[in-house]
Amino acid sequence: MTERGARPHVAALRAKIAEIEGVDRRARSVLPFGIEAMDSKLPGGGLALGALHEVAGGSQGATDGAAAALFAAGIVGRISGSILWCMTQADLFAPAIAQAGLDPDRVIYVEARDETAVLSCFEEGLRHGGLGGVVAEVARLPMTASRRLQLAAESTGTIGIAVRRWRRPAEASDLGQPTAAATRWRVTAVPSEPLPVPGVGRHRWFVELIRCRAGESADFLVEACDATGRLALPADLADRSAASQAWAKRAAS
Amino acid sequence: MLTAANTAARSIGLHAGMAATQAQALVPDLTMMDAEPEEDRQALERLAIWSLRRYAPIIALDPPDGLMLDITGAAHAHGGALGVLRDILKRLAEVETAGRAVCAPAYGAAHALARYGADPVRVVDPLELVGAIGALPLAALRLDRATVLSLSKLGLETIADLEAMPRASLALRFGSMPGQRLDQAYGRASEPFEPIAAPERIEVERRFVEPIGAPETLARYTRKLVDQLCQQLEEAGVGARRLDLRFHRVDNVIEAIRAGLARPSRDAKQMGRLLCDRIETVDPGFGIERMLLAAPAVEPLSFRTISNLGDVPVPDVAALVDILGNRVGEERLYRYAARESDIPERSVTRIAPMADPTLLRWPERWPRPARLFARPAPIDTMALLPDHPPVHFVWRGIRRRVKQADGPERIYGEWHVSEAEWLSVRDYFLIEDETGARYWVFRQGDGMDSATGGQGWFLHGLFG
Repeated sequence: MTERGARPHVAALRAKIAEIEGVDRRARSVLPFGIEAMDSKLPGGGLALGALHEVAGGSQGATDGAAAALFAAGIVGRISGSILWCMTQADLFAPAIAQAGLDPDRVIYVEARDETAVLSCFEEGLRHGGLGGVVAEVARLPMTASRRLQLAAESTGTIGIAVRRWRRPAEASDLGQPTAAATRWRVTAVPSEPLPVPGVGRHRWFVELIRCRAGESADFLVEACDATGRLALPADLADRSAASQAWAKRAAS
Repeated sequence: MLTAANTAARSIGLHAGMAATQAQALVPDLTMMDAEPEEDRQALERLAIWSLRRYAPIIALDPPDGLMLDITGAAHAHGGALGVLRDILKRLAEVETAGRAVCAPAYGAAHALARYGADPVRVVDPLELVGAIGALPLAALRLDRATVLSLSKLGLETIADLEAMPRASLALRFGSMPGQRLDQAYGRASEPFEPIAAPERIEVERRFVEPIGAPETLARYTRKLVDQLCQQLEEAGVGARRLDLRFHRVDNVIEAIRAGLARPSRDAKQMGRLLCDRIETVDPGFGIERMLLAAPAVEPLSFRTISNLGDVPVPDVAALVDILGNRVGEERLYRYAARESDIPERSVTRIAPMADPTLLRWPERWPRPARLFARPAPIDTMALLPDHPPVHFVWRGIRRRVKQADGPERIYGEWHVSEAEWLSVRDYFLIEDETGARYWVFRQGDGMDSATGGQGWFLHGLFG
């Protein structure tokens, strides 16, 4: 996308749509990633706070949701306030969440019995208004449910992140279904940067912005969250653009 | 006369109701103790008051050896009816007391199944009620001995036999009791109870001249009761941790709502919302003539200093924790905290969501997987011993070639936890396959000495 100033008609239209949608009643604040390449692709220069976002894992991550959970933890870790984390399977390992920049004292976990209960806790958390953010691990996210969540998030300005995680890899095609979420991300673990000595370098993700309301899709090769929840661009990105295309193909297959 | 016999005694043929001399003749070295019915009753009462705080708002004594708990509207906090029963028996077992617990739609049925049923723990749903109690002997019906004897002389052995008899002739010969007990067992007739009340508890009640039934009316009076209760709590200087709201219906049935609070509170608005959330679960029947709100569990609550220096006050999430806790169960809401242990599965503990901030943190330098398996998955590997990572491994039927690896990170068994861990060792490796997926695998043992472990390989977690 080119810069906004060059296309005044588009900017005017955008403002009009926002007025119709009624979102500009509150000042919309955003949470930037701190990476120019990513923030420039997002409307407002970052992730919208009072909105619902979807994050799924690519390839094997569709079932384990490990990278997606860390990606979500890195986002909410940079927002102040308590975080509510709803799930049905309690297999999250808390030290890793702490290493992704989310302090354990800030997270309240809800282990719900089923998906319906997860969605109702998710909505309750978004409506409360006193939380920094709500993360929920769900497999199915129907249009109606996501619409309710999006409205709840808009009403309080709390960020909601749905970590999509399926029981079987075949069910991951559900990610193609439309939802009311503002953005949809797919995070796939890719080989880390080779080190001069034996060992594994800083973890890398191939992050795809599959869908973005009022924006275009994009993809990025980034280094995984550090202890403050920040992503980083690999130092050798310029040399590896051909390689990143290869990961893109593999992640999409 | 024997009033009770333990398992060992029953297995050699002794039973309650037997003459003491006869028992001594059967077993020469029998240990007998004097019965203390008064103390038994007091102990039962203590148990009832304890259960009142823990399990259910309505509890009645059923001497000599029973308690009646109405867990309607309170079971969710322990994970359903079965969870309540298991928890009761577990806690009884901790004080070396054997017990039997049955949950059934009617008290008569639960009483019969607890004493004469085959399973020590059972939840009977309304559909299987008829089948479950039909086969029980007549003695299970709480009839007097003489009636049971004469009924058995007529060839009636089980509850189903009696149920099949014409009611009129039965009433003519044995009075109304057998019919009434049958109805109570099958849940056709209600049974009045005298619920016990904890001695020192704070409660408020309201009686109605005209029975009320509309949900809005119930909600309105609930809020009024909450206001009164909050005043009493304030006078006592305490905050409620648990609320019981009881609705006495005109037909002598008691409906109840129980709500828990994460922090002691006397915030009328919050308490009102918790209770009103659940009013739809109350069946008012022909109307409610009395409402009773009690705080069975209270804790001291003092005033908090609020300062506007420094940064913005942190919004209070206790109200949200209460709402969610009452919806999914309090034990399903928690925070993770660090524990001083190097064994991954022991390094994490669950604490209450509103517990004070913890100081201990996990080491930051050691990478830890985002997902940890509850049970490490055995994998087939090819690895050089003693301290090389696997070259490849098979998990879920797929062979994965290892491109890069980090390790070993050696974790020793905790000899202070278990004697068996004296020598045991796990060597953890962080490995990355060709696709970039990262795994946390370990070898049980140090790769040399079989005393340190079985040298098998396991996948313990997945990195993001």
